[in-house]
Amino acid sequence: MPGGYRIGADVGGTFTDIVLERALERVVEGVGENPGGTFASTKVLTTHGGPEQGILAGIEQLASEHGVDLADVEQIIHGTTLATNALIERRGAKTALVTTKGFRDVIETRTEGRFEQYDLNIVLPTPLIERKDRLVVSERLSAVGEVLIPFDEAGARDVIETIAAEGYESVGIGFMHSYRNGAHEQRFREMLLERLPDISVSISSEVSPQMREFERFNTVAANAYVQPLMASYLLRLKDELQARGATCPLYLIHSGGGLVSVETAAAFPVRLVESGPAGGAIFAADLAARYGRQQVLSYDMGGTTAKIALIEDYTPQTAKTFEVARTTRFKKGSGMPISIPVIEMIEIGAGGGSIASVDALGQIRIGPHSAGSEPGPAAYDLGGTEPTVTDANLELGRLHPDTFGAKDINLSPEKAAEAIRESVGARLSMDDHTAAIGIAEVVDENMTNAARVHAVENGKDLAGFSMVAFGGGAPLHATRLMDKLGLDELFVPPGAGVGSAIGFLRAPFAYEAVRSLYTRTDQFDFVAVNELLDDLAREAESFVRQGTDAELVVERQVSMRYKGQGWEIPVDLAPGAFDEFAAEALAGIFTKAYEQFFGRAIDDLPIEAVSWSVRVASVLDRPDVLQLTTTGDIVSVPTSRPIFDPVTGADAESGIVERSSLGRGDAVHGPAVIVEEQTTTVLGSHHVAVMQSDGTLLVTRAGSDRKEH
Amino acid sequence: MGQTTSQREVHYQIMWNRLISVLEEQALTLVRTAFSTSVREAGDLSAGVFDREGRMVAQAVTGTPGHVNTMAAAVPHFINDIGPERIYPGDVYLTNDPWKGTGHLHDITVTTPVFVGEELIGFFASTAHVVDVGGRGYGPDANEVYEEGIRIPIMKWAERGDLNRDLVNILRNNVRESDQVVGDIHGLAASNETGRRRLLDMLEEFGLDDLDDLAEFIFDRTRTATLAALEAVPNGSYANTMQVDGYNDTITLAAELTVTDEGIHADFTGTSPLSRFGVNVPITYAQAYFTYGMLVALAPELPNNYASLFPFTVSAPPGVILNAQDPDPVSVRHVFGHFVTDLCMGAIAPALPHVIPAEGAGALWNFQASARAAEPDSQLPPVELLMFNSGGTGARPAIDGLTATAFPSGVMTMSAEATEQVGPIVIWRKEIRENSGGDGEYRGGLGQVIEIGPVDGYMFEFSAMFDRVDNPARGRAGGGDGAPGRVYLDDGTPFPTKGKKAVPADRRLILELPGGGGFGNPSDRDPAASENDRKQGYVS
Repeated sequence: MPGGYRIGADVGGTFTDIVLERALERVVEGVGENPGGTFASTKVLTTHGGPEQGILAGIEQLASEHGVDLADVEQIIHGTTLATNALIERRGAKTALVTTKGFRDVIETRTEGRFEQYDLNIVLPTPLIERKDRLVVSERLSAVGEVLIPFDEAGARDVIETIAAEGYESVGIGFMHSYRNGAHEQRFREMLLERLPDISVSISSEVSPQMREFERFNTVAANAYVQPLMASYLLRLKDELQARGATCPLYLIHSGGGLVSVETAAAFPVRLVESGPAGGAIFAADLAARYGRQQVLSYDMGGTTAKIALIEDYTPQTAKTFEVARTTRFKKGSGMPISIPVIEMIEIGAGGGSIASVDALGQIRIGPHSAGSEPGPAAYDLGGTEPTVTDANLELGRLHPDTFGAKDINLSPEKAAEAIRESVGARLSMDDHTAAIGIAEVVDENMTNAARVHAVENGKDLAGFSMVAFGGGAPLHATRLMDKLGLDELFVPPGAGVGSAIGFLRAPFAYEAVRSLYTRTDQFDFVAVNELLDDLAREAESFVRQGTDAELVVERQVSMRYKGQGWEIPVDLAPGAFDEFAAEALAGIFTKAYEQFFGRAIDDLPIEAVSWSVRVASVLDRPDVLQLTTTGDIVSVPTSRPIFDPVTGADAESGIVERSSLGRGDAVHGPAVIVEEQTTTVLGSHHVAVMQSDGTLLVTRAGSDRKEH
Repeated sequence: MGQTTSQREVHYQIMWNRLISVLEEQALTLVRTAFSTSVREAGDLSAGVFDREGRMVAQAVTGTPGHVNTMAAAVPHFINDIGPERIYPGDVYLTNDPWKGTGHLHDITVTTPVFVGEELIGFFASTAHVVDVGGRGYGPDANEVYEEGIRIPIMKWAERGDLNRDLVNILRNNVRESDQVVGDIHGLAASNETGRRRLLDMLEEFGLDDLDDLAEFIFDRTRTATLAALEAVPNGSYANTMQVDGYNDTITLAAELTVTDEGIHADFTGTSPLSRFGVNVPITYAQAYFTYGMLVALAPELPNNYASLFPFTVSAPPGVILNAQDPDPVSVRHVFGHFVTDLCMGAIAPALPHVIPAEGAGALWNFQASARAAEPDSQLPPVELLMFNSGGTGARPAIDGLTATAFPSGVMTMSAEATEQVGPIVIWRKEIRENSGGDGEYRGGLGQVIEIGPVDGYMFEFSAMFDRVDNPARGRAGGGDGAPGRVYLDDGTPFPTKGKKAVPADRRLILELPGGGGFGNPSDRDPAASENDRKQGYVS
């Protein structure tokens, strides 16, 4: 529908961001020109009691401000942390988990390891479903899906009576090796629904048919746990939107970065976990496509955490499993594993509100505790007394009371300095300024290290990557990260504060179906694999077709390893069915991928394939690649103030430039700050920023050649 | 650069963080590429950077304490044995000497010198458990270290960038799975090389010529903090003994800890004599688990480096099981090695009544089996299997123990589904063992029950090495003992807990893993906690 509007709605922990986009029109509306159309945005407080209320308020506000009739909206795309929060805060349904007899405790005994080696008082995460709510049925399949113990119908009936008597609202079913054969799980569901037609049921062979029982059982338990809540929420939202005249379809963004229908979302709500951050990565991927950048590091920094994702060929890196609700310092292993396709990112406790302290070694530490928005950084003067990253940025002159975006907050440099002095400076015999430098340098180093480790985990070298920085905190730190990582280019797009919601509007309809089928190249079962891949393609396409008639693209992947290894690496498959020569070809592409990952392949070992996946997505209309403006007219800088410049290690008189005053081709030379409502972009003495046609800032190092690696 | 003292301080802090991050990258790459199950599931590897004298400046935090100081002690041996005048740029050294490395032949330590120009400034070292080292294969059955596999003295894997092809050839002819073993050694060398390059980048970025000042900064900070942490234990002497099942006879482990202003010394006099089997422990490995116990109790936040490890010293008369000498067999040194942590923590428990937990299951119950065709002419191929399983940990002074969780080892278990994909067995049951935690104000962690049988057409033979069957984990401060372990077949036949034996084709093996000891008087337990134990079926 030409001229139609689209709305993106991102419900986060503190704010609900709404973005309104009008397609095919290129009027600048405060935030700049946007090749897909124009957009306006608003932030309203998240209404935790009923998140739909915040969304509706935000939408109505934007619609009335811009004179839009909700009937002219052609699509609403929504992402929410509701499912994530329900898992973190344990606010789900009364749920039973039914497993194969003998495997009742899989989600409690976890990996049998400790995620923290040096803590005698370590507390492992409590299982999502308590032991008393975990029930068992006698049945057993072998590793190839053959029946070793038949499904015990009589025993199942008893279990169902228990479920009825105890009043469970939702049931997750996880049987051993059900990723190979879901018949027993299906039979149990059938019996359960016969007896209790209104109960919610999730079966692991549908929710997450991947090998490894701990991850799969947890995933089906999580799905069952949030399903009643999410289904009723989505229904309410849909009804309320319709009641206000928005008759268009509502789509949900999922953790893999694609769109699904409300029906699919309600059936597999666990796929909505981490959908907000996924929007951010798509936002960065869209910018990568606009500028034809094949390798991009997406850097999103907010109030409590920083998130880093890698984007190649305009597509964010994905994984088949991740962890939510980490209980201890974002530490790997302290959360709950969820096996679903997800945009892969690393999240660390480094945000504007992250608190700085000094440990027993006299080392400055940042986070993971955050002052959040209440009481907030000491500088907010709202009761916070501990120094945060924001306080350090204020002390260093990067932020300033006169140019700080949030209108209702008066930054207090005195309070910031006092907090820095008391918690850090005094303990290390440093003046306030040096202590602030220490805080800023440590947080930058933490983020840099996280980015490097994340790259290594993905077998990538960051040389040649461009950075995209968004979120309120990232542009303050991005040039320092760029220097530390040896990157040559930084993009700071407009709308950085609502990046995820904008990202939602750039997402394709997409669904990735994953299933485990173990086979080896020296005994390759190409018939079974062909059948599996066809099944997966059909499954994925059926979900995508609920939302679009567009042309589709199909991508297939397999995770493989040498026999004897424990980690698989993803290998992309060429289109077409396998034949009797497939094993050799597959071994060849694995070897190449392995070399790319680890530098060196190993001869003569059999290769194992573990999980197969098919992603079906609608083809996006990519905008034409924008011509980069790398040099421009140096703008005159009306005002300046002293700001710490890490490039020289000293304060420098730095220009202050309003971002909105910059036109296409205008260049700002560092040291300078470019200020806007939602963030501030900091330039060191060797940085140059040039305004692009779409409102993006391109930052490079003046006169510097590409750093050699 | 004209830096103030404070700016220098900030720079050094940043560089310290960077070093640890570089080592983590190194360790991560090793875990991902390693073939050995114990590397990927147990984090049985480590990576460290050393100054030019071989003092460890920083180490990656990995899964197992077994390398805490064993690897730190290794690098001075390399400098000494290679000879300072024979250390050249482009060199790579290695060894698996149990007494100069990390305690058994299966661990290979690779060391790479780092030069700035012509000047040696330090070393990177990394260690990983490899799949095979020849000999009898992994197990306690050798009577001398010679039977346990090939021993590589400290020597050059590469000199000035040229690979020592003769050594590669010798290795290839002496180990099973030679591609994997040689692949892992190349991986260790490559990871050191990554570390070397990253270190040089860092020195350039910060305008340094060598590591010396940074190392001094790190040692200085760590030394002060470590000695401050030791003040929690009053100077004096603290003794403890502990009985464990042993390989053939009950073994007494004894330790006397002497605490001074300068550190803690552990002496193992009174410990039972050496075993004929490969369960003996080189003292460097016992020292690792002693040091780990002290650090986890007293200074959990401190990083491992020369200065934090230096205060912890050990001694033992020759001939005791915690002081194996060349050529004693040491292949399975971890079983008794792991008990050293509980032994030594138990000694200082009276001085730290709110810190030290009760005893736990301690040693892992590894299931290491060879599955073979039940009918020899059926042509079914043999398959080697290895699973790690853990009992309960001891209750802490204010928290229950951990159920089915490894301590002090950092090992993780493998997925039953993944195990069944690889080997011809069925894991029929793997769940919490009810009523197995020691009573107390805080309950010991529960063990688990595992039931395993071969698939049709197979039988399996396995090396049992299960402890705490006769000697349960003891409670502390009035807490009860954890349940002892049990091993039997599904028809009730008792099964030996030590040595190699076959499980017949139609039978299943049942392992009941020990629970951890309780802490405090059971009558002081919060009634709500007891009620929850009954509701969840932890206690019936």
